[in-house]
Amino acid sequence: MQTQLKTILAEAKAQLEKIQTMAETEELRIRLLGKKGKLTEILRSMGSLSPEERKSFGQEANAARTEIESLLEEKFAAMKEAQKKLKFKAERIDVTEPGVPVKLGVQHPLTLTIDEISKVFMSMGFSVVEGPEVETVFNNFDALNAGPNHPARDLTDTFYITDDILLRTQTSPVQVRTLMKQEPPIMVISPGRCFRCDTPDATHSPMFHQVEGLVVDEGITMADLKGTLDAFAKDMFGSDARTKFRPHHFPFTEPSAEMDVTCFKCGGKGCRVCKGSGWIEILGCGMVHPNVLKVGGLDTEKYTGFAFGMGVERIAMLKYGVEDIRLFYENDMRFIEQFK
Amino acid sequence: MLVPVNWLKEYTDITVNTQEFCDGMILSGSNLETVEHFGGGIEKVVLGKILSAEPHPDSDHLSVCMVDAGEAEPLQIVCGAPNVKVGAFAPLALQGSKLPGGITIKKGKLRGVESFGMLCSAKELGYEDKVVPVAHKDGIWILEGEYTPGADFVKTMELEEDVVDFEITPNRPDCLSMLGMAREAAATFGTELRYPDTQCEAVKGNTADYIGVEIKKPELCRRYAARVVTDVKIQQSPWWLQKRLMHSGVRPINNIVDITNYVMLEYGQPLHAFDIRNIKAGKIVVDTAAEGELFTTLDGVERTLTSDMLLIKDGERGVAIAGVMGGLNSEIEEDTTTILFEAANFNGDSVRATSKKLGLRTEASSRFEKGIDPNLAEAAADRACRLVELLGAGNVCGGSVDCYPAAAEPRATAVRASRINHVLGIDIPAAEMESYFKALEMKVEMTADGDTMMVTPPSVRQDLLEEVDYVEEVARMYGYDKMPVTLPKISVRSKKSDKQNLRDLARESLLGMGLNELQTYSFVSPKGLDMIGIPEGSEKRKNIRLINPLGEENSVMRTLLTPNMLEVLGRNYSRNIPAAKAFEIGNTFLNITGDDGLPTEEDSLVMGIYGDKADFFTLKGYVEELMRKLGVKNIAFETESEAAAYHPGRCAKVSAGGTFLGLIGEIHPDVQDRYGIGTKTYVCELNFNRIFEASDRSIYYKPLPKYPAINRDIALLLNETVPAGDVMAAIRSEGGALLESVALFDVYRGKQVPEGQKSAAFTLTYRAPDRTLKDEEVVKVHEKVLKRLKEEWEAVLREM
Repeated sequence: MQTQLKTILAEAKAQLEKIQTMAETEELRIRLLGKKGKLTEILRSMGSLSPEERKSFGQEANAARTEIESLLEEKFAAMKEAQKKLKFKAERIDVTEPGVPVKLGVQHPLTLTIDEISKVFMSMGFSVVEGPEVETVFNNFDALNAGPNHPARDLTDTFYITDDILLRTQTSPVQVRTLMKQEPPIMVISPGRCFRCDTPDATHSPMFHQVEGLVVDEGITMADLKGTLDAFAKDMFGSDARTKFRPHHFPFTEPSAEMDVTCFKCGGKGCRVCKGSGWIEILGCGMVHPNVLKVGGLDTEKYTGFAFGMGVERIAMLKYGVEDIRLFYENDMRFIEQFK
Repeated sequence: MLVPVNWLKEYTDITVNTQEFCDGMILSGSNLETVEHFGGGIEKVVLGKILSAEPHPDSDHLSVCMVDAGEAEPLQIVCGAPNVKVGAFAPLALQGSKLPGGITIKKGKLRGVESFGMLCSAKELGYEDKVVPVAHKDGIWILEGEYTPGADFVKTMELEEDVVDFEITPNRPDCLSMLGMAREAAATFGTELRYPDTQCEAVKGNTADYIGVEIKKPELCRRYAARVVTDVKIQQSPWWLQKRLMHSGVRPINNIVDITNYVMLEYGQPLHAFDIRNIKAGKIVVDTAAEGELFTTLDGVERTLTSDMLLIKDGERGVAIAGVMGGLNSEIEEDTTTILFEAANFNGDSVRATSKKLGLRTEASSRFEKGIDPNLAEAAADRACRLVELLGAGNVCGGSVDCYPAAAEPRATAVRASRINHVLGIDIPAAEMESYFKALEMKVEMTADGDTMMVTPPSVRQDLLEEVDYVEEVARMYGYDKMPVTLPKISVRSKKSDKQNLRDLARESLLGMGLNELQTYSFVSPKGLDMIGIPEGSEKRKNIRLINPLGEENSVMRTLLTPNMLEVLGRNYSRNIPAAKAFEIGNTFLNITGDDGLPTEEDSLVMGIYGDKADFFTLKGYVEELMRKLGVKNIAFETESEAAAYHPGRCAKVSAGGTFLGLIGEIHPDVQDRYGIGTKTYVCELNFNRIFEASDRSIYYKPLPKYPAINRDIALLLNETVPAGDVMAAIRSEGGALLESVALFDVYRGKQVPEGQKSAAFTLTYRAPDRTLKDEEVVKVHEKVLKRLKEEWEAVLREM
């Protein structure tokens, strides 16, 4: 019987070597360990042995069984692994094929630019306020220190609804509204639409956007104006950006300035975008004229402030290289989708 | 303002090059547009003397000239100009010469005759048509006087010059003059300012013997100064004067007219010259015109005047529209012998109104409009006379008739050094400020407090009225670039309003759903409302109209965004874009006057889609999810078949808790056609103000279910007309507390479903929060639901 046992074990090992499939392995298992399996039969026939023989043979037989079981288990595992490999091979995909399209919508480049500008100023503590697009002549001109014969008041420059109501030509009337409504400290920006009688062409649009800013408190200086707008330029156009303030004239600020930023295309060396100067005009600004502060009933000896305003289209055109302002209002999907 | 740099040097020293000059001027407040360089790009152009000119044998307009170019033999030049003049000098471009614009002149043959160069016009040498002297504006540049044949033209004529075009802001009309710019340059570079020579060496006769002046409207004419010149010889101005005019953008005409223009450029004071033989009764009367008076201006146009227009009259009639243009009846002519120079100060608003009414804007009118110092008149008139003397253009009469009833008094302003430092955030001594003021020709007197200065500007500086104006003067003279850079010391918190935040959230949500954002004009064509069939009498028809629109297509403020959306979708469709999904959030304008007297502005939200298999329910899905995100609850969709913009069977009113928000639907095929969209299009426009009011974004957590749910799927045969929404509402109402949710998962029409009916399949989920439901409990409720459906719509349960 012991010889039999050894033969069974040796045969089992030999067969396992040869076996290729899961089914064959299972067959072998049944042949050896099944109810009618060879090993089972041997174990069953142990009853004819003496108790001593039974004990020692029993041990050997069990050992053989354990060995066969573990060999089978290994074989099963190996086969499973091999099967998986085959499956994986069959399931291989071409990962270079494109993904299933998921399209996010795209923000309009103008609101995108407004958002960028707003974020920079909000990080400095500015709040965002809004005003109506249809404004009073008072808020748009009179309160902003524009004389009664200021040329911008002409019907050839400004759209009117009535003699006293117009489409605002600038976001500056929001300054007036804020001053009339709020006590200092004031630190606000106001983005919005503006209108001027310009026939549309590549660089003109009868409707455009501005972002206005106003800071009023005790002890606000022109140095604060420079610092705030310089910080804005660095956040908006990169930390290398430098600014230059040039004297200018606006009726509602004095002193007034225009701010240039080093060209963000060439970094100041001079190129087509900056027309060779290395600088790009970005915004107008200045210390709020006392006459404007007075509209808000403020004590102009106590309070000072600065204001600024910038054209959103201009900044977007420069930043994104858009050469025709009309593209912003055509809303061609192929245009908008470039601003993802 | 065109400033020829060499001319400017007559009034102050400029030692830096043009680039440094410009940079310095920009920083002190004179911004510039461009710098032009005259006389550049010209090579081998010499002075040629025309020795002879014969008609070309083969042409009736060409001449064959022999020109002395300083070489051993004269050169044969073929010339097409009508003004070839034997004995005169003209610029001659030799073979191989270069002209501005990169043109090279080679030997050529014109109709068989060889030409060894080209006689040039001023235009060919880089001058714009409008500045070419009248004397040779239609031909080659004929020079007066003698020159050396063959001498370099550019060098001999001193043509090379930089001309800086300064951008003059409306507060600084004084800078619209060479002297004004020289004053700025002198202050900027710390140089002396030199005034022009106004003293005549010899005078003969007395102006007062020729003319008397009466100002009848002193409120419109502050000053009228007149001087007379006799024995006038009308001729061309000398080249130096012509050149200065040409480089300043002014066409030389004749010596007298040129002098008036020259003085205007020099001082900023417009001058006019009358031929005195046409001034009747030896007097000038400044008065308003008669209503409807006809008057022919210098340009030969007869104009109808109104009674508010200021007219310069003689003893009998009008001779000039004050500050705008002279009359044809008194203009300077070839044979003029005695002239009157007018240097007057007219009211800017009056000149502006007149010029606007007549549609006639001149160099003089635009200067008067901006405001001119009345003190300039005398100096300008004197300067004109001195130039007459210098040019030998006539005999200057002594004295002047100067009517100046209320002379402008110098006005001093109290300016505190401490205030200037306070506003600018700098700390400089008063003495430094004083030096800036003085450099700008202001008088400064320090008061006893050591801080307040009494500053008196030169009278040309009419922009300096109050302390703040002087703050700016110090700022620009000190240099904006030198001011420190600080941040405001304010403690405020950055905020956006709830509505702004909700708008941002809506935008972000719609972008996340794949809709692109649009920006369209706030002013639109009123036809848009016709195109989408908004009925007469609708609120939306009460447009706000512009008085002065650019055109009908931008003439009213929009009351709806839908026409804009359809226009954009139509444009995209016509550009072969197969699918589009878009939205816009923007203002609409209602003709309802608010407390502030302004129309009501309301935010609106429009969404539009076509292509990509989109249908009504695609768009409805966006709306439903957006409303969930914005916290707008109890959204209901109710069939709407009357809205003309939409397919009558595929449109719904959208409301939230009973408040109407707007419409959603498939665009009516006729409307689609009008906008040129060849595919089904879906649009939804909602009132964003109402969305904002309905929005409640508070979130309160609901515990997760602890006990299992029981699902029951049912398929119902329903009449086509039964709205699924109503069925679901009924299910919810009968299901009561145990029904957790109901969902429509399939609607089927076709085989096995009779005509006019549909099969709708729902999943009903039952659950109790506190126990595992027993089957009997569910059966009880479910039976109730089915009973109700059967009673109300004869809904037949189908086998699943």
